[in-house]
Amino acid sequence: MPRRHPIRTEAIVLRQRPIGDADRICVLFSPTRGRIEAVARGVRKPLSKLAGHVEPLSRGQFGLAQGRSLHVITDAQTLDAWPSLHDDVDRMTEALAMAELVDRSTDLDVASGPLYALLKGSLDVLAATSAPRAVRRWFTLRFLDQQGYRPELDECVRCRAVLGPDGNGYAPADGGAVCPSCHQAGVGQRLSSPVFRLLRYMRRSSCEATSQVRVDANTSAELDRHLRLSMEQALDGQLRSGGFQESLERAEAIGRHAASAATEREREEQDRAVV
Amino acid sequence: MQRSPATAPTIARLIEAFHRLPGIGPKSAQRLAYHVLRAPRAEAEALSEALLEVKDSTRLCAACQNITDADPCAICLDSDRSASTICVVEEPLDVAAIERSGVYRGRYHVLHGAISPMDGIGPEDLKVGELLARLGDASIDEVILAMNPNLEGEATAGYLSRVIGAMGVRVTRIAHGLPVGADVEYADERTLRAAMTHRVEVEQPNGDD
Repeated sequence: MPRRHPIRTEAIVLRQRPIGDADRICVLFSPTRGRIEAVARGVRKPLSKLAGHVEPLSRGQFGLAQGRSLHVITDAQTLDAWPSLHDDVDRMTEALAMAELVDRSTDLDVASGPLYALLKGSLDVLAATSAPRAVRRWFTLRFLDQQGYRPELDECVRCRAVLGPDGNGYAPADGGAVCPSCHQAGVGQRLSSPVFRLLRYMRRSSCEATSQVRVDANTSAELDRHLRLSMEQALDGQLRSGGFQESLERAEAIGRHAASAATEREREEQDRAVV
Repeated sequence: MQRSPATAPTIARLIEAFHRLPGIGPKSAQRLAYHVLRAPRAEAEALSEALLEVKDSTRLCAACQNITDADPCAICLDSDRSASTICVVEEPLDVAAIERSGVYRGRYHVLHGAISPMDGIGPEDLKVGELLARLGDASIDEVILAMNPNLEGEATAGYLSRVIGAMGVRVTRIAHGLPVGADVEYADERTLRAAMTHRVEVEQPNGDD
């Protein structure tokens, strides 16, 4: 039987899941080997030396022994811990969505250098930015581009007419924007002028430049809707992490509602006591 | 698990039942099954009764959601414990661990899991609604978040601090850093950063003696 050589690779930890009493299976994403599933032994024990180096949303240098079905992590050294992606729940949410996109669109042991560079670069910017959502949007657009789902924004995907900024529609199933006459014929959702311009700007600008652009709530919601539809088209499904993002957006409202319900209850009890 | 023709079907069934338990491999399952087989009948009966009893007589405490055989549980009934502090944990075993330390004298709330965005587990899958209902009581001064220091724990703590913060209740999170017996040399960047950030003043001898 030929001897299997150990592997040494740089990788970003996309996610983990527990296995057995003390182990975890880590999903790594390497520039030279694509997605790798590897067992990190003993990492759920308090004195594990490996545990802190295999946390999701971190980048490291890994030694892997090839097992029969899964690799085994023999050593790990963190290169980027990106602490702000863990400490700030908004940044974490966007980073998880990016990691899930990569996890679900890549194959085991297939080199993906450009996608790795895109993810690493985006996580670097995300760790430092004050506009995490903008970074995720930029990443999504570049991701679609790399995966062969680049939305068409120059010509109508139906009649090939050159697109102006106003009155367009967006039809991800057809591959991008449609002109005002095709949109009026019932093709696609409304694509407002600010969102159309922003999509074109994002396409030609850097991640840092995109994260500087401030957008109002309506533009933001429309942009997210269009990008989500394109992404779902590419993935042929929804992002699981999207649910947490929605929960987080509702969190403060839930807290305020719970507090006012409690105040109301208290008042009713006081009234009853008086009666 | 493959059944051997040399093993009687009833024993094979017991081996399979043990093998389904967490942390029990095929060899351990075999050893346990043969141990039960060789043990006196009374021991086997006691085991089967204990298994059924734990299923029949345990429930969740209506207040803290911990597993209990009496509702409210002993901790929620204990009037010597502070009712103004709630320590929120992921699992019932976390309550047992904190109780062993003997440092906390308040109440608990068990979420029965942690938010895991990548697995689609959100706050609605946990006992978060029950926690918010408890916090409506004006006597709660502080909520201590005792989640595990991993991604799921951080997502859970981030979500809860946002909701509870909006209710105007003080939220704290247990400190994390190096565990007792660890080597600084092997510690990762985030652990060291947390340990440095949450460092404490060293008490000086007062020199009176």
